Amino acid sequence: MSDLVNVTMTVNGTEVSHSIAPRITLADFLRQTLELTGTHTGCEMGVCGACLVILDGRVVHSCLTYAVQASGAAIETVEGLSERTAIADLQEAFHQRNALQCGFCTPGMLMTAHALLSQPGVPTREEIRDALSGNYCRCTGYEAIVDAIAKVARDRDAGVIAQASEEVGAWAC
Amino acid sequence: MKARAFNYVRASTVVEALKAFEDAQDDASYIAGGQSLVPTLALRLQAPELLIDIAHIPALRGIELQGDWLRIGALTRHFEVLSDPLIRLHAPLYSEAAPHVAHPAIRNKGTLGGSISHADPASEFPAMTLALGAELEIAGRDGIRRVPADDFFVDLFQTAIEPGELLVAIHVPVVRSGHRWAFHELARRRGDFALVGCGILAEFSGDVVEHVCIAFFSVGSTPLRARQAEEALIGKKLDQVAIAAAQAIVGDDLNPPEDEHTPPAMKRHLARVLLGRLLGEIARQDV
Ligand SMILES: Cc1cc2nc3c(=O)[nH]c(=O)nc-3n(C[C@H](O)[C@H](O)[C@H](O)COP(=O)(O)OP(=O)(O)OC[C@H]3O[C@@H](n4cnc5c(N)ncnc54)[C@H](O)[C@@H]3O)c2cc1C
Ligand code: FES
Ligand code: FES
Repeated sequence: MSDLVNVTMTVNGTEVSHSIAPRITLADFLRQTLELTGTHTGCEMGVCGACLVILDGRVVHSCLTYAVQASGAAIETVEGLSERTAIADLQEAFHQRNALQCGFCTPGMLMTAHALLSQPGVPTREEIRDALSGNYCRCTGYEAIVDAIAKVARDRDAGVIAQASEEVGAWAC
Repeated sequence: MKARAFNYVRASTVVEALKAFEDAQDDASYIAGGQSLVPTLALRLQAPELLIDIAHIPALRGIELQGDWLRIGALTRHFEVLSDPLIRLHAPLYSEAAPHVAHPAIRNKGTLGGSISHADPASEFPAMTLALGAELEIAGRDGIRRVPADDFFVDLFQTAIEPGELLVAIHVPVVRSGHRWAFHELARRRGDFALVGCGILAEFSGDVVEHVCIAFFSVGSTPLRARQAEEALIGKKLDQVAIAAAQAIVGDDLNPPEDEHTPPAMKRHLARVLLGRLLGEIARQDV
């Protein structure tokens, strides 16, 4: 048996504190202790991407991190992104384009898409595929997923341009 | 599967980490990014009593030019290797290899020091450590020592790091004018470990090869240098004849294990193709 350790972290903006065994992965901590089951576990060895979360601003596999390693960190899960409507357009595009069937892979897909689209510029389909190289989907196929992400990338870019020209317009008046 | 129970400590200095390892009577593992260790523990290939987290030790961080050497802290993560301007300028083979190392999320957590310490023969960074002629700074009970890359990779997953020792930093002699380099790997899918990969650093005097380091990965139990192919090029102009001579001999330099999906003959063939492409690319680069 191992000693329990105290783990404190911010999850979706709320500070949580628990005494847990060090061998508990962040994925199991989120799902079982905090009952945040939006983060999925498939392979539990870094291959399928269903368990992706944001740790201190960067997307990582929660199955490849022990919760105790994340003590002191800020975590955001798919629930957090969803509640603050950061990915509402992605969710809508996935729905419209039928980019999910069973939905098992979807939280991870959304995490990867969110990280990719948080970078400047509009990614090409090639770059989208590259970013998704660590996300497995066993039922939908990738074409629709790439389509949905490409659409949001274009829409967000158009939104930025529209907003910029509005600002320029307002300034000119 | 889940890891066997273990205890956990977070070290804040190198001395503290070394002491924790010693106190655990060597039944311990260091954890950096955990991207190789966590799956290893989940599969119970290892089951240490104690995990010593080294990810918060400031002395293992930072990227700094020190005279003719670039010091890269062991905790430098893969995504930093990919984007860091000093690495791009002074140790470019690491930057060229980085996009081929795993997937974006693993690059966010995995560390250069972890990859080199783990010494997977299919990994990109250990081989580039050889190609760049780097030196590895290792801390142990008796202080600090520096081991040249050529003496560092001992056997399958085995390096010059003794149990309880820590890799502190990677020191790379900076590339100079006259240096040319190229990297490429063949993999079935993006982000997968390569079937065969290679990085080359060559130093030219005019158009004659003065010195060359050809480092292959995924072709033996360690990353390895193709010494005979290197010798075939020294003192030569990098023309078709010289490239063909290196290609003819490179199969003898490699030691691929039996594998039903990629048998040794196939790996040797792929290595010849790869070497031809890379040397051709280097020949075409402007001095
Ligand atoms: C799905 C998947 C795909 C991958 N694909 C690739 C790939 O294509 N190419 C590739 O190269 N790698 C790949 N990796 C491995 C990845 O690059 C790891 O991050 C890296 O090998 C280990 O770095 P780490 O910091 O995570 O080390 P850890 O997992 O923390 O440690 C690995 C080992 O090194 C030891 N160690 C770590 N740091 C030190 C140190 N400073 N001093 C002494 N010992 C130390 C640990 O004790 C442990 O034994 C992949 C991993 C996964 C899960
Ligand atoms: S559960 Fe983490 S990658 Fe599959
Ligand atoms: S929707 Fe079922 S695995 Fe992707």
